[in-house]
Amino acid sequence: MSGRITRDEAAHVARLARLRFSDEELDELAAQLSAVLDHAADVEALDVTDIAPTSHPHPLVNVTRADEVRPSLDRDEVLAQAPSVDDGQFRVPPILGEAP
Amino acid sequence: MTALGIAAAVKSGERTALDVLDEHLARISQRDAEIGAFNLVLADEARTAAREVDAAVSRGDAVGPLAGVPVALKDNLCTRGVPTTCSSRMLEGWRPPYDATVVKRLRSAGAVIVGKTNLDEFAMGSSTENSAFGPTRNPHDTDRVPGGSSGGSAAAVAAGFAPLALGSDTGGSVRQPAALCGVVGLKPTYGAVSRYGLVAFASSLDQIGPMASNVADAAACFEAISGHDPLDSTSIDGARDPVVAGLGQGVDGLRVGLVAELCAGSARLQEADGLDGVSAVEGVAADVIARVDAAAAALEAAGAAVTVVSVPSAVLGLSAYYLIAPAEASSNLARYDGVRYGLRVDAANAAEMNVSSRTAGFGAEVKRRIMLGTYALSAGYYDAFYAKALRVRTLMLRECAAAYAGVDVLLGPTAPTTAFELGAKTADPLLMYLNDVCTIPSNLTGHPAVSVPFGCGDDGLPVGVQLMGPALSEPVLLRAAAVLEKAAPPDGGAP
Repeated sequence: MSGRITRDEAAHVARLARLRFSDEELDELAAQLSAVLDHAADVEALDVTDIAPTSHPHPLVNVTRADEVRPSLDRDEVLAQAPSVDDGQFRVPPILGEAP
Repeated sequence: MTALGIAAAVKSGERTALDVLDEHLARISQRDAEIGAFNLVLADEARTAAREVDAAVSRGDAVGPLAGVPVALKDNLCTRGVPTTCSSRMLEGWRPPYDATVVKRLRSAGAVIVGKTNLDEFAMGSSTENSAFGPTRNPHDTDRVPGGSSGGSAAAVAAGFAPLALGSDTGGSVRQPAALCGVVGLKPTYGAVSRYGLVAFASSLDQIGPMASNVADAAACFEAISGHDPLDSTSIDGARDPVVAGLGQGVDGLRVGLVAELCAGSARLQEADGLDGVSAVEGVAADVIARVDAAAAALEAAGAAVTVVSVPSAVLGLSAYYLIAPAEASSNLARYDGVRYGLRVDAANAAEMNVSSRTAGFGAEVKRRIMLGTYALSAGYYDAFYAKALRVRTLMLRECAAAYAGVDVLLGPTAPTTAFELGAKTADPLLMYLNDVCTIPSNLTGHPAVSVPFGCGDDGLPVGVQLMGPALSEPVLLRAAAVLEKAAPPDGGAP
């Protein structure tokens, strides 16, 4: 199995993805992702410079509607599913600085 | 009893919806401990719904085309106030504040929702072994997997727990389990069925589709759930051709193309001209190819003209898919941050809380795909992998358009093998991914495809053959599927 991805690279990607892994898990992931990328060498090797990308099966157009007030999801029903709520809002731990 | 048979009997008053439901609930309690098709059985809710159908019938009110038909829902379809887990610890206990559009449409068609079925976590997998709540087993052989990711829905239909089920298909997740469980599975045209309320995996590929024991039931379910939905901006607008009404019209004069790249070893390839240098996808078993050849012969016998066609980019599909789908998944699954819904693992600050919640809530395969997708989209690799994969998609659309200039539908295998044993492929992710090699092209193009049971492999387990067509060709595909169903050997049947 090739070493296309190193443990350090896997750790960097994990930070981007907001996931935490042990060193053993990172090594295993690096090997597995390398194997998938080896398989993708056929795509990587393709000369497709004159082909436009397709990000979607159908040509997408913006869908708009009249700017009218309509019923939306019930606020209490939505908040009832949140892990933590305070005064009708989602509550989260501190975002800035050290925790109190 | 078929779904359409149940609906007719309920409408005529010959049977009650409640009686039909109780019969299916009895089968579930008899055998689902062994199969594990359901994450949740909604016995009380279903009885209430069945009584409402019966009351409507006795009042003489109009009832829908699926009146009293028990339907199982893949547990990534939102049901208001009813747990929707995606077979993930991340969403355990989550009760969506709304119904998916397909759920509303099924109810207004008179269907009775019996429960939520098991899946590979967030629909990522090909064996239903990636569920946080344990695997589902194949009703034909409980040492084997039902396929995935809609393995619970496929097993529920195969075991007679429900005549109809919904699955979702991102890379083959309706068709491959349908093939492995010996049922019919349709992946509709992208945009034919609303995705509103389907928990997103890869938004440009996901499509909800019906699973049934027979073609007519699948067609009726497709008619009930398809149509434009203002809540899904990718939903196709405009009138659709009826499907059920034309099912009996046969295939006389239909032009069928056997896809060379999916059928290595087929006798027809050796006889065909101009195929020198065609490379084929890996790993399709000889006994599966033999069933595809038999299906081609059956279509010919019914009046179709079968030729061999080449879609060279089909061999690139797997690689392109396993860059595009994880890339979209890594973006879609960013929403699970422990703030608005789902699991939260508390930490001193919000960033740590995000990481701890995601690390605890997602299983190994979901993490693997988020990692793969994040890598494919990250600076320095985007152009080498993701951007090229999108160009493969263009290539495939072009080649399919060229193929459909000469033929009406394409034919190939659905899955490379029959159902494999539990644990056989869990140690090697790439080996598991190869299950999708024949189904992926239709997701990349957005075209419809259906898997139909067509006899058994050397091991006596069901084989599905796949019919593929251009956008909105469901009426033709299902008409051809109905011909195959009639021609299929009778022993490909009950578990």
